[in-house]
Amino acid sequence: MAVAFYILAFFSVLGGVLMVTRRNPLSGAFALVLSLVSLAGLFAGLAAEFVFILQVLVYAGAIMVLIIFTIMLLNLNPNEMYEAPVGRFHTVVLVALCAVGLAAFIQVFSQLPSAVTAIGPDFGSIEGVGEFMLTRYLYPFELVSALLLVAIVGVVLLAKKVI
Amino acid sequence: MGEITIHHYLYLSAILFFIGVYGVLFRRNLIVMFMSIELMLNAVNLSFITFARYSSSMDGHVIAFFVMALAAGEAGVGLAILVMVFRNRATVQADDLTLMRD
Repeated sequence: MAVAFYILAFFSVLGGVLMVTRRNPLSGAFALVLSLVSLAGLFAGLAAEFVFILQVLVYAGAIMVLIIFTIMLLNLNPNEMYEAPVGRFHTVVLVALCAVGLAAFIQVFSQLPSAVTAIGPDFGSIEGVGEFMLTRYLYPFELVSALLLVAIVGVVLLAKKVI
Repeated sequence: MGEITIHHYLYLSAILFFIGVYGVLFRRNLIVMFMSIELMLNAVNLSFITFARYSSSMDGHVIAFFVMALAAGEAGVGLAILVMVFRNRATVQADDLTLMRD
């Protein structure tokens, strides 16, 4: 279990680092797929079967295919990929301070449960989460469907050449 | 390699989040900035799932589902805006898009 965690954590961080350092966005997109699939494995290890399936289907599948298709459609030439270096010292300091603050927060936060507790067989399964989502979170669920409808209409309007 | 505790997951989540922050703040390619936002959303999802597991409550799973639905909508609208920007200005560099700033 511990070995699986370290392997998956290594690949998720490696994918993220490659994604932000590659100059070519297409290489970055494939590195991000590696990161997202490793995260899906971590979700599976945390007994989140439903989220694991969604992560593979929606994130590593649909969203990444959309991004890769867009990159290919844009057809960037190599001098489009040139970036002027941005190095603002105060931004670096601010981000580093935030990172140290967050680490200190995680470390000091002593109320965290340290060991996993027993869970039933329904925990995280499609039936369990589905029932929970359609009873207790029914109104947010309906709002999400409205949000997705608005997003679809917005995308169609944006992509149209003449409205 | 001892027992994996909640802190391991939270540190991993924080590391991934700050990789995403780096991508948004220090890269100027709109596509890479966009993918960094996706990575940050995923890092937060990892935190939600971790807390759900360690407190034996499924609320985190439902919230992670909502985050994914939101990310899907955001991906659609964001990429449509990106395509429109490239069609009108023929660039994907954030530094070239200063019409609102100048």
